[in-house]
Amino acid sequence: MNMTKRKTFGITLYILFLLVPIYWLVNMSFKTNEEILGSLSLWPSNFTFDNYMVIFTDSTWYSGYINSIIYVSMNVVITLLVALPAAYAFSRYRFVGDKHLFFWLLTNRMAPPAVFLLPFFQLYSSVGLFDTHIAVALAHCLFNVPLAVWILEGFMSGVPREIDETAYIDGYSFPRFFGRIFLPMIRSGIGVTAFFAFMFSWVELLLARTLTSVEAKPIAAIMTRTVGATGVDWGVLAAAGVLTILPGLLVIWFVRNHVAKGFALGRV
Amino acid sequence: MIIKTENNKAWWLVLPVFLLVAFSAVIPLMTVVNYSVQDIFDQNNAYFVGVEWYREVLRDPRLHDSLLRQFIYSFSVLAIEIPLGIGVALMMPTQGRMGSLCLILLAIPLLIPWNVVGTIWQIFGRADIGLFGWALNAMGIDYNYASNTADAWATVLLMDVWHWTSLVALLCYSGLRAIPEAFYQAAEIDRASKWAVFRYIQLPRLKSVLVIGILLRFMDSFMIYTEPFVLTGGGPGNSTTFLSQTLTKMAIGQFDLGPAAAFSLIYFLIVLLVSWLFFTTITYMDKAK
Repeated sequence: MNMTKRKTFGITLYILFLLVPIYWLVNMSFKTNEEILGSLSLWPSNFTFDNYMVIFTDSTWYSGYINSIIYVSMNVVITLLVALPAAYAFSRYRFVGDKHLFFWLLTNRMAPPAVFLLPFFQLYSSVGLFDTHIAVALAHCLFNVPLAVWILEGFMSGVPREIDETAYIDGYSFPRFFGRIFLPMIRSGIGVTAFFAFMFSWVELLLARTLTSVEAKPIAAIMTRTVGATGVDWGVLAAAGVLTILPGLLVIWFVRNHVAKGFALGRV
Repeated sequence: MIIKTENNKAWWLVLPVFLLVAFSAVIPLMTVVNYSVQDIFDQNNAYFVGVEWYREVLRDPRLHDSLLRQFIYSFSVLAIEIPLGIGVALMMPTQGRMGSLCLILLAIPLLIPWNVVGTIWQIFGRADIGLFGWALNAMGIDYNYASNTADAWATVLLMDVWHWTSLVALLCYSGLRAIPEAFYQAAEIDRASKWAVFRYIQLPRLKSVLVIGILLRFMDSFMIYTEPFVLTGGGPGNSTTFLSQTLTKMAIGQFDLGPAAAFSLIYFLIVLLVSWLFFTTITYMDKAK
């Protein structure tokens, strides 16, 4: 009993450590700038939504969120579309150069984005994709696709081969088998993969900022605008920060059961 | 383990990935290689200079300094986050609503855009408007991450621990869940101590997820750019300028294409080499047993 109590105490302490900085950001987003700079208060004394209204009424602000969500969704779709068949191939077949290819894919996860900054900029400019959502989505595939193949391959290896063979004997064609039988069997895996792809694309800034200027500018880059001639507009900055946390919370809420199942399989 | 059949038609399934990665990795990488061996004045004036840029970059004190800082940083991050992550995973409730709630709460820092992580700590650590900085100063500690090197380092490290320990914890949690209950029952019959259970049952079973965790944390901390950039801007002085920031300054700020490209390739090779060394050591130790 004593042990359980100590554990609960420890984990509570750690979660508090995680939440206090976020609490401070949320707290600040409901304050006026005078209050932020004037005194330190644990709760906003003049509770205000003004900071949020600035963001919701200015299209240069909220378009940033829309842009980010567009390229992140594109990236998740592309990542899953190309990674699913590839992961199936890696989990089921041996073919010429399979191990080398797998390792080469993983090395791309190790490539520092800073290395690719300049060539990406030039490559996407030369094919006319600069400042489009698809450019950022493709660039993020650099680290998301290898990871997706890796995670999915693990989930697929957990499905017995006999299922494939029975389906073929029953006269299923490969696409029908894949779509009707196989994908539903690994939906937890797909959920977990989509979660990771969303996460890494949503949080990345360096590439997203470099590949866009106006049309597809991500919210993270727009946030630097709060630094103006009169100093930093802390309230709006905090509100913008809080709004970037929300989509992540939504996504994890929706996939929580899949993720828990993925964890139960020991396969994340 | 699935017995795989030989089938070269499987290449058709891998082809989309291959083409996509070739477009987004091979072409850019070849461009970098191209730059690193040429001196480019403009579109029509480029001269082959061989390994000249590499020689210049390898002698550059800026690279030496930031490489040293980078290694210190990455190893401190690993030294703190791996044990802490294991500890947090051991303390997590094993099932029920509390278990899922813990999972979700732990995952929150991972889903915050990296520049916002920087912003959160930038605000949190300031002595005038931040709770953390204010509390430390109220306790009589003269803390200012913008002007004091030690404070800047402490804040950047604390931020990374806050940001990424959850990943290690979640990985370890999934590893712990995969241990069959029978193992614990056997340990109880043998009257094994808590420590013995950890040392001889839990830790060996965690090995594969720890390898993933250590590799991911090493790679990502080695490429860190956004968070320290927002928090300290690399300062005070250059004290928290890590490799990515040095490189970005060189490539975008000064537009030194040749040296920046050579720097890029050396950087990439270091990441690959350390990851490979670590990976082979682990697998070698496995075989030796």
